[in-house]
Amino acid sequence: MKKIIELKNISKAFDGETVLDDISLDIYDNEFITLLGPSGCGKTTLLRMIGGFEQPDQGDILFMGERINNTPPHKRNVNTVFQKYALFPHLNVFENVAFPLRERKVPKDEINQKVNEMLSLVMLSNFAKRSVTSLSGGQQQRVAIARALINHPKVLLLDEPLGALDLKLRKDMQQELKKIQKSTGITFVFVTHDQEEALSMSDTIVVLSEGKIQQIGAPSDIYNEPKNAFVADFIGESNIIDGVMQADYQAKFSGHTFQCLDTGFAPNEPVDVVIRPEDVDIVPVEQGMLSGVVTQVTFMGVHNEIIVDVNGFKWMIQTTDSVNEDEKIGIYLEPDAIHIMKKSKYSGMFGDYSSYSNELDELSDPGGEDEA
Amino acid sequence: MTKVEKKSGQSAGVALLPYSLWSLLFILVPLVFTAYYAFTDNNFAFTTENITRFFTATSEMRGDDGVIREVRTYLVIFMRSLKLAAISTLVCLVLGYPMAYIMARAKERTQKTMVTLIMIPMWMNFLIRTYAWMTILQDTGILNGLLGKLGLGPIHIIGTETAVVIGMVYDYFPYMILPIYSIMAKMDLKLLEAARDLGCNSFSVLKRVIFPLSLPGVVSGVTMVLIPSVSTFYISQKLGNGKFFLIGDAIEGQYINQDLHFAAAIAFILMVILLVCMALVKYFTARLVRGGE
Repeated sequence: MKKIIELKNISKAFDGETVLDDISLDIYDNEFITLLGPSGCGKTTLLRMIGGFEQPDQGDILFMGERINNTPPHKRNVNTVFQKYALFPHLNVFENVAFPLRERKVPKDEINQKVNEMLSLVMLSNFAKRSVTSLSGGQQQRVAIARALINHPKVLLLDEPLGALDLKLRKDMQQELKKIQKSTGITFVFVTHDQEEALSMSDTIVVLSEGKIQQIGAPSDIYNEPKNAFVADFIGESNIIDGVMQADYQAKFSGHTFQCLDTGFAPNEPVDVVIRPEDVDIVPVEQGMLSGVVTQVTFMGVHNEIIVDVNGFKWMIQTTDSVNEDEKIGIYLEPDAIHIMKKSKYSGMFGDYSSYSNELDELSDPGGEDEA
Repeated sequence: MTKVEKKSGQSAGVALLPYSLWSLLFILVPLVFTAYYAFTDNNFAFTTENITRFFTATSEMRGDDGVIREVRTYLVIFMRSLKLAAISTLVCLVLGYPMAYIMARAKERTQKTMVTLIMIPMWMNFLIRTYAWMTILQDTGILNGLLGKLGLGPIHIIGTETAVVIGMVYDYFPYMILPIYSIMAKMDLKLLEAARDLGCNSFSVLKRVIFPLSLPGVVSGVTMVLIPSVSTFYISQKLGNGKFFLIGDAIEGQYINQDLHFAAAIAFILMVILLVCMALVKYFTARLVRGGE
């Protein structure tokens, strides 16, 4: 695989506040890479740097081996799909898509042919003469994609492009974007705060927090082998428990010693233990390794989401078994349900469900907000 | 739902009533009277003579080359008014457009200060402002004093078309810059980034995005400068030393002469011509702004 963009030790501060802190990242040809993180983590700034709208304070940006720190946006072989599309309201759909071609003084016949091809790729052939302001959000989105793709850039940057769409449309667009990326072979750099979106679309996910890269990896690696408590909590649901690595393959937490698959820790090293809610088996109390009292049961459709109080620490468990509130249950963990992480500055900040409520979670979901 | 809407519709009607009355009394009625006077004679019998007089009346006038010719009085006056107004409008636009752009991109505090600075002269009576320009532009005025000190010699400017244009530009400049500024300040900066992203250099961004999007502001600026400068009479009297008889002066003259019917006719014709001009401008810019639609 060929490196197409290399970010080397990039740092950036706005008004003395660090936004990006020593970021190094390689982006490969033909890759769908997602920058994932909560608002304010620096993902949009990073994208704008690749687009040429911000310059790093320190570090270098290389494009196919060449340093492009000071190359202006119009001279980069990179195009952007902006957060709120940024379509030109004084131009119709056709002219919006033709905009970059007219700038390059492409002959008229060629413009017609290319724009029509592109409009049919995004399924807007019948909308060529329509005003962009008369289109729905999803249609505007497609125009923005067509406009950004018409120059056949090496890299397409997408800044939370689906944030303004409703759930159903967002799912469709996810599929479609993935299809377009495959068929054009263009590298996509996608920015989102939606972990589900990141997991379902990406070849590679870069998890960012507070201007630092927390983890880079394939979606399954990020989900199954989170590097620290931040990643474990941000991607999916996690119970994160204080533990001690007694020896290789042997972790002690919640007052019980478990078999696990992890090695490479110092004897008795304090660690964070991650257990995904769907990996917990519910058994009768006498067969359990741990036991606890169910404090809350939420019916979620495919499964029940239950909160269990185990010696004062609240676990989240997803199960298809039916349990009742105040019932005492046993917990059984297979070795591969346990994932051990080194302690980090995020230890103890996440992974306890004692104040958990479904409603609160949805309220605090940062839906499509603007970000500097 | 429908009940609520109906109610709010009614209350909106009630709220509009004073404004409708005001418009009727002070806009519509005077317009009707102007038209009525324009098409009647002293006995209030219908006539088109006033209108015809505007187009056919002749007098002898000394041209730029010094030769005295028989010319159509009011058409010459009208063209002169239009010429000076057009020059003033153009100067306002050329000065105002870049300034509006710079203002819109400045820091918020700077923007507020600049808007205030532009508005302050408007708080002063415009007759007084014109008098101020007389003292500046006179042969022995402030400007010539300054030029004299710099050893650049006195220049004769009062009583020339240049002086009249300076007066118009000064008086009407805020009406040009403010509408352009307000539309530029509201412009979505992401659009400019998008244009750069799609291959535009700075000049292209200006030409292909900023300018077409600012056109509505330009149109209202041009309208608000052109119309009062076409019909002004005071500026030309004071700064032109009365040498440049403009259409506004002609109307004023007829009122002083007690020929209200002919004064109304000139005003009426001026209004119709301006209305047609503005309609054309609106039509063409609307087409431009909406793109290929």
